[in-house]
Amino acid sequence: MKAFSYERARSPQQAAAVVAANPEARFIAGGTNLIDLMKLQIEAPRHLVDVQDLDLHRIEAKEDGGLRIGALVSNTALATDERIRRDYGAVARAIMAGASGQLRNKATTAGNLLQRTRCPYFYDTAQRCNKRAPGSGCAAIEGFSRGLGVIGTSEHCIATYPGDMAVALRLFETVVETVDAEGAVRMIPLAEFHRLPGTTPERDTVLEQGEFITAVHLGPPPEGRQFYQKVRDRASYAFALVSVAALLRPDGTGRVAFGGVAPRPWRVEEAEELLPQGARAVTDRAFRDARPTAGNAFKLPLATRTLAYVMAQAKG
Amino acid sequence: MMKFDRPAERNPIDDQTVVGQPTSRIDGALKTTGQARYAYEQHDVVPDQTYGYLVGAGIARGRIRAIDSRAARDLPGVIEVITWENAGDVTYPGGGTPDYLAGPEIQHYHQAVALVVAESFEAARDGAFLLEISYDRAPGRYALPSLAEGDWPAPDEAREGLEPVDSDTVGDFEAAFAAAPVRIEQRYQTSHESHAMMEPHATIAHWADGRLTLWTATQMVGWAQRSLARLFGIEKSDVRVIAPYVGGGFGAKLAIQSDAVLAAMAARKVGRPVKVALTRPMVMNNTTHRSATLQRVRLGAERDGRLTAIAHQGISGNLAEGRHEPAVSQTKLLYAGANRLTAMHMAILDLPKASDMRAPGEAPGLMALEVAMDELAEALGMDPVELRIRNDTQSDPADPERPFSERHLVECLRTGAERFGWSERSTTPGTRRDGDWLLGMGMAAGYRDNLVRQSAARIRLEQDGSLTVETDMTDIGTGSYTILAQTAAEMLGVPLGRVAVRLGDSDFPLSVGSGGQWGANNATAGLYAACVRLRAMICEMLQMPEAEAQFADGAVTGAGRRVELAELVRDEAISAEDRIEYGDLDETHQQATFAAHFVEAAVNAWTGEVRLRRMLSVCDAGRILNPKTARSQVIGSMTMGIGSALMEELAVDAGAGFFVNHDLAGYEVPVHADLPEQEVIFLDHPDAFSSPMKAKGVGELGLCGVGAAIANALYNATGIRLREYPLTLDGMLERLPPLAPPGP
Amino acid sequence: MAPASSTTSMKVSFRVNGTPRELELDPRVTLLDALREHLHLTGAKKGCDHGQCGACTTIVNGARINACLSLAVMHAGDEITTIEGIGQPDALHPLQAAFIEHDGYQCGYCTPGQICSALAMLEEIDRAVPSHVQEDLLQKAGITEAEIRERMSGNICRCGAYANIVAAILEIAEGETA
Repeated sequence: MKAFSYERARSPQQAAAVVAANPEARFIAGGTNLIDLMKLQIEAPRHLVDVQDLDLHRIEAKEDGGLRIGALVSNTALATDERIRRDYGAVARAIMAGASGQLRNKATTAGNLLQRTRCPYFYDTAQRCNKRAPGSGCAAIEGFSRGLGVIGTSEHCIATYPGDMAVALRLFETVVETVDAEGAVRMIPLAEFHRLPGTTPERDTVLEQGEFITAVHLGPPPEGRQFYQKVRDRASYAFALVSVAALLRPDGTGRVAFGGVAPRPWRVEEAEELLPQGARAVTDRAFRDARPTAGNAFKLPLATRTLAYVMAQAKG
Repeated sequence: MMKFDRPAERNPIDDQTVVGQPTSRIDGALKTTGQARYAYEQHDVVPDQTYGYLVGAGIARGRIRAIDSRAARDLPGVIEVITWENAGDVTYPGGGTPDYLAGPEIQHYHQAVALVVAESFEAARDGAFLLEISYDRAPGRYALPSLAEGDWPAPDEAREGLEPVDSDTVGDFEAAFAAAPVRIEQRYQTSHESHAMMEPHATIAHWADGRLTLWTATQMVGWAQRSLARLFGIEKSDVRVIAPYVGGGFGAKLAIQSDAVLAAMAARKVGRPVKVALTRPMVMNNTTHRSATLQRVRLGAERDGRLTAIAHQGISGNLAEGRHEPAVSQTKLLYAGANRLTAMHMAILDLPKASDMRAPGEAPGLMALEVAMDELAEALGMDPVELRIRNDTQSDPADPERPFSERHLVECLRTGAERFGWSERSTTPGTRRDGDWLLGMGMAAGYRDNLVRQSAARIRLEQDGSLTVETDMTDIGTGSYTILAQTAAEMLGVPLGRVAVRLGDSDFPLSVGSGGQWGANNATAGLYAACVRLRAMICEMLQMPEAEAQFADGAVTGAGRRVELAELVRDEAISAEDRIEYGDLDETHQQATFAAHFVEAAVNAWTGEVRLRRMLSVCDAGRILNPKTARSQVIGSMTMGIGSALMEELAVDAGAGFFVNHDLAGYEVPVHADLPEQEVIFLDHPDAFSSPMKAKGVGELGLCGVGAAIANALYNATGIRLREYPLTLDGMLERLPPLAPPGP
Repeated sequence: MAPASSTTSMKVSFRVNGTPRELELDPRVTLLDALREHLHLTGAKKGCDHGQCGACTTIVNGARINACLSLAVMHAGDEITTIEGIGQPDALHPLQAAFIEHDGYQCGYCTPGQICSALAMLEEIDRAVPSHVQEDLLQKAGITEAEIRERMSGNICRCGAYANIVAAILEIAEGETA
């Protein structure tokens, strides 16, 4: 870990200004991912702006019936909020399916969106990794890739976005609110928030340097039953091999997003139209352009079967 | 010295007023309050401690071209950078053990290449990342051979990179197998596994006046002392090793590791104490692991189930000159059968060193043999429990004149079947269901040798009538503190609360140490010997005939007198030291422990996720010295068995030559949520051939066979026979119940 | 105590087990290392230093966290409870006594983390924090084996004392609700 200086932010805009002016500065909130990476020198900020004192810990009702979730609301607080449990059950379930009680107490809503990949080659600085060291190559494609992406990947990177919460958030009209150094507010649909790697896998999201997440907006709760089904070898405290977030209506229509398969929560609206034809039709379409490795090709039938499981629960 | 060369007769341990009772651990109050201090936590034993941060090689094989440490040295707080070029003289053991500090040759990934020593942990870590190390890479061999169907090396056949290491034949296997009316031939694969004990390897090293003191996490204080003396070319008496608490080991801390050696090297170099803990991501490649195995099992039987031909062959990997994983050893002794073949090969691999992990040999070996037995039972149309009962043997199958000292496997099997409700198992796989979950039951037999080794201890009667036990024995979670206290209390008739136990210090008498499930029986037997001597000394002082002396309630009674022990001690405590040594009872008689494991598994019919519902282990392991701590050893082993069967695998990058998932997020071990209901039953069969304690090991037995029982339950649930561990859903997806076509 | 090296050190004050503490720390020092290396409170363990094992579980402002993944300087003004603040060998907390009675540990290295985690976990259930295994998200979870196992899954015990740990937690949970 490189030496760094440390300050407490006084306002979102002030925090944004500090980080925008210093490419080696980073925001820190819960720290559960950033400190982990700093210890391995995968992240090496020289200045930290601790945002914990900012007034971003509230969940507010919006006029349109949705919710505005402060960026610093902890995973535990979010999943415990009665409105989330009642109207956005998939979000509560996704959060509680991730990490551990200790980590969820620290991890924040914004930080969770920014969680970096768990690709083991990203985590080992002696290995080639374009996301960590652009241009060094990708050791994962020819290496151990069981947990890695099958779609949305590129020849430069097959990392997945590892989180759960964001997968469930894709079921709703979720928008990420940010502020920049000038105080300009930007509303970024979650669908556009995480980038696909292409030739620049080092950039996980569309955020600019210094752009600071202040809130996450949820649209009004939609009709239908909500599910979050996470599949993993270990029963808890493990990243998803595949997860399925689903909103299913009695008429057989609905929305579906997949986790553990792509560099971002994977939702294909066209595929959802095929829900009445069954799980296989949906996944055939959603994963039409999949390029799995030999080590993770099982995720394709697993995604189908997991969706079928969820659809059976919706019927039952 | 007490020579144990005849079966034990009745002795004070048989009273079992303290021994054999389910006493809570005497170290419990310290452990549950955080007051038990582990190696890295000895901050007050010596002043001026510095921090060492270990740097591991970024390649698997090759040579260090250069290490540029200038930037690290310039960092404020950094004191020294130790590399092979400046570490000073040491003599590495060789013989399959990689050098603790590499240079210029690199023998495996994350082999230590440097230790950065600094005033703070933060500065040492910062300095470590400032080292610029360049390498010349060399090609290596990282995968076990892939053998085509029908191809397997003959028992003594050598091939390039594949050495025959052990083979044994009885009768004529090939002929008997060819003639057998029912045959099974299958291959199995187990994965590379990591011990993953919770306390990473850690050491504080301190030199003073040419003497080295280490506070270190080790299972074997005596081995550590000897190894360090050899490494640094000093007398054993000039090395002191202290390890009062050890945060688990499972074999990983049998031999010293780089933390101890580099801390000692660095402390010598900088003239100050150095503390080093391996970072978790470094543990799995820097230290040792259990090798993966390929195994081939062939079983031939009569239609009534009697085995006539048993062959078990295996291949494990290790560095050249390393030891193999003896995965076929139990097959020599578990079942009857006139014609037998066992053979191991070792593939030379350039992965990190493979070494002992809990139940070396039996743990992976039974994961193959006991699945093959399940497959044979099915081929015979016979109950798997009955098949094992039918093939029980009361003597070494290779030498009928050599009986087992005690063997109650059949009782384990029958007791377990009854208690578990085995009769409710469906004989047709894939037919029991609970909603979305397919249910199945499986069982397996367990076997693990009982090893007898010499062990010494000292016992002191203090002025207040209390007792102090001293031995260099370690307690790595096994309960040594408690069973030693129980032994002393029983032998001298003193309440348990009046016995203090001091462990893990090389200044104390040399014990057997912790490993190979040999610790409990031998360490208590060594203390038994010391207690017998102390009793004799007391009787001599009192001129009381030993045969008449009764030690109870803090007093000795005999010859018409009763004397409080506290009254015996005048100016100086009365101290007795002795050692147990063994004759040939382990040669005239096969000493072993036995188990029957039963498992109920649920497999999600949609996703293939496996979740266990119930586990039962019935153990025949001699006298159980403390049923509470022994049960913990067994449930802990069962838990490790869940990991081994269902999730644990050090994944090899066969190109770069290292274990990729080298942390506790990537290498999954069972968590609370993976645990089913667990039950343990101990049979009561003291073994008079093992020691005066009549105890045997139990800490590894609980792992032996569990994985196979899980595999067999999974098959019973699904009808899918997986033969490559871990048994993850990938292998099942295509064969699970098909998805129904979309309904209206 | 080791002086700070390459960075300007910072003052940080918090309360540990009820006692005000002021430290001068390199900002890189984690809460865990501040406790272990600077305050010599070694009850919280370093098992992985990456939030993957739970051995460092410490209670901060009433919530359990991984002390290894938090910087000490981020805890100015916080109320920190470590295992040393839960009970002492001669004055055990009932949960510590229950761990001893049920043999809820073996090597002891994960034990302080398990105990801190369990105490905070029971309060989480009380505060209606949901869990992954809860059937009905709108009801408060019961204190069942399944709930405890799921909620304690962030505390790894390689010795495999899980069954006994759950028994110990259930015993005191039942004692409190009785």
